[in-house]
Amino acid sequence: MAESMCRTLRDGSLEGEQAPALTIKDITASPFGFHVFSHVLSQLSSFILASKSQSRGMVIVAFSRSPSFYVDLLKRRGIDVNSSHKWIQILDCYSDPLGWKYQLMGSGNCMDVSHETSSNLSRVCKDVKDLDKLYSMILELGKGKFYRRKDRFSVAIDSINEMLRHASTPTVAGLLSNLRSHEQISSIFWLLHSDLHEVKVTSALEYLSSVVASVEPLHQTAGGKRGDLENLSLLEQNFGKGKLQVRFKRRNGRVRVVNEGFHIDQPSSNFTSVLSEDGLANQINQSLLPKVQFDLELSEKERIDRAKVVLPFEHQGNGEPIHIYDVFQSFRNVHTDVYLSAVVFLSPTAAKSTPVLDKFSFHNDNDNNPSYFEKQPDNVLD
Amino acid sequence: MENRALNLLDEALGLGYQTDPWPLRGKVVLIEDCVETSGCFVLHQLLKRTLSSQSPNNTVIFLAFSHPLSHYDRILRKLGCNLVAQRENGRFFFFDMLKLLCPDEKEERNEKGGFISLYWKIQNTIRALPENNKNHATIMIDDMSLMEVAAHGSSDHVLDFMHYCHTLTSELGCSLITLNHEDIYTSMERPAFMLQIKYLVDVLIKAEPLATGLAADVHGQLTVLNWGFCNVKGSSNNKMSNFHFKVKENSVEYFCPGTRT
Repeated sequence: MAESMCRTLRDGSLEGEQAPALTIKDITASPFGFHVFSHVLSQLSSFILASKSQSRGMVIVAFSRSPSFYVDLLKRRGIDVNSSHKWIQILDCYSDPLGWKYQLMGSGNCMDVSHETSSNLSRVCKDVKDLDKLYSMILELGKGKFYRRKDRFSVAIDSINEMLRHASTPTVAGLLSNLRSHEQISSIFWLLHSDLHEVKVTSALEYLSSVVASVEPLHQTAGGKRGDLENLSLLEQNFGKGKLQVRFKRRNGRVRVVNEGFHIDQPSSNFTSVLSEDGLANQINQSLLPKVQFDLELSEKERIDRAKVVLPFEHQGNGEPIHIYDVFQSFRNVHTDVYLSAVVFLSPTAAKSTPVLDKFSFHNDNDNNPSYFEKQPDNVLD
Repeated sequence: MENRALNLLDEALGLGYQTDPWPLRGKVVLIEDCVETSGCFVLHQLLKRTLSSQSPNNTVIFLAFSHPLSHYDRILRKLGCNLVAQRENGRFFFFDMLKLLCPDEKEERNEKGGFISLYWKIQNTIRALPENNKNHATIMIDDMSLMEVAAHGSSDHVLDFMHYCHTLTSELGCSLITLNHEDIYTSMERPAFMLQIKYLVDVLIKAEPLATGLAADVHGQLTVLNWGFCNVKGSSNNKMSNFHFKVKENSVEYFCPGTRT
């Protein structure tokens, strides 16, 4: 269902409605949120380049990675970045978020650290605390570079946590809400490390989202303690793989939750659709099981043979009159010395002829020892 | 003589496969330890390894919040590495933060001003390096919990500083190796500072006591989580390793679990 959330962002917003927003959240026990973020970014970029999406461009607000990282990432995934002047812009909140380097340059001790190959694609933000300025810079980048006025663009924010570290929750929520409401923004998605904040902060951001993708470990640690390395086997099972729970909120209020397994296989992430959590665990753990010499599963031939077995109570539809064997009638006709109970077995061919009744007699050995059950009360319970 | 034989720690960090480019180039390494099992020896081993003759272009910028230079010099001498000589050769830069940062209250700016000037010093040090060495600088911090103390408990200021050090890893290919004590944060319901640092790291080395208790020949276990491990074929993947260790007078012995009593 990772593709579903990409398609939701691709389709964009309807006229007069807010843009679809995706929250990708993870925790330290399964810190693979950035892999999902990169996957969504690559997919949406492919759609934009192929003109299959509503948006015609992309603005990446880079807090946790440098602009050159994103250029390299897209190149590695076969996305043409040479033509990126037309469709991608990066707001660089990573290189100098508080203006320290700028101050150093001002003092004359400038060091040339701008080896960025993507300098013509990016614009540095030197004060990330000013979210009003950040908002206007995002819009400037989106409007300025994309050719027609009515063209929409998508926004990707790689770390809401950095924003929340420098600004209050209401201010950040206000910025996101304003971006969603802007007529030229087609879709927006962001990454959140949810365990860094209180639940109310995470919830506030989830309310702003139409899709929430939670990256979770396959197996939770005992007591729910995150990042616990005590259980090595558990850690090993969660290392490089996990599950993705995607919650879609429809316009009519319906909510659809889908689980999916993923395996980090650098440089990309592989997603596997599963129906249930058990199925997911089974599927992911399949490679962990030791190879055995026997197979509990039936082969195709065995399945066909099993289907051909004629069961005694089954009408085979071969033109012959239906004969339903009455077990109780036969039972009444046969004189038996059954003491406690009887089990009836019929051979497949016996359904048409006289039934064969096998009798199993259960003699109570305790008849001679009436105090047996009194001595062993637990056996009675079993 | 320098022991060039590979050990389990080197293998877990991918140090055995190549020295140029330096396998830890552009990476953030966090060593996490606890009171019962100190992880200082890992920092010392990595310091020695970084300054080894196998990687002549490597340079270390050491931020010491915990001990003076004489402490590290004594330990590294036993390991076969002369820090004073390396400092004279321009490969080892020691920033004694015990003296420089703590009496910061007299400055006009707040404690954050101290971190800005510290970052500037690091940046200028890298700037002054020969061209071949600029992309091979390693910043080592001992230790992060004392950085918080120096910042008068303001973890945000430490995180800002760490962020700027992180920009050096992506812009110049520097490595960042830090030590932190996990048990300091265990009583906190949400140790945001520690978790934030964990999201930054590429390699996590965790030093723990043995789950089975004390043993004469085993001092503890190391768990190495290496995201973006570069193997012998040059391809990158995730790797997790777990092994036991014994700290000796002049070396550290690493061995697989179950091979010692």
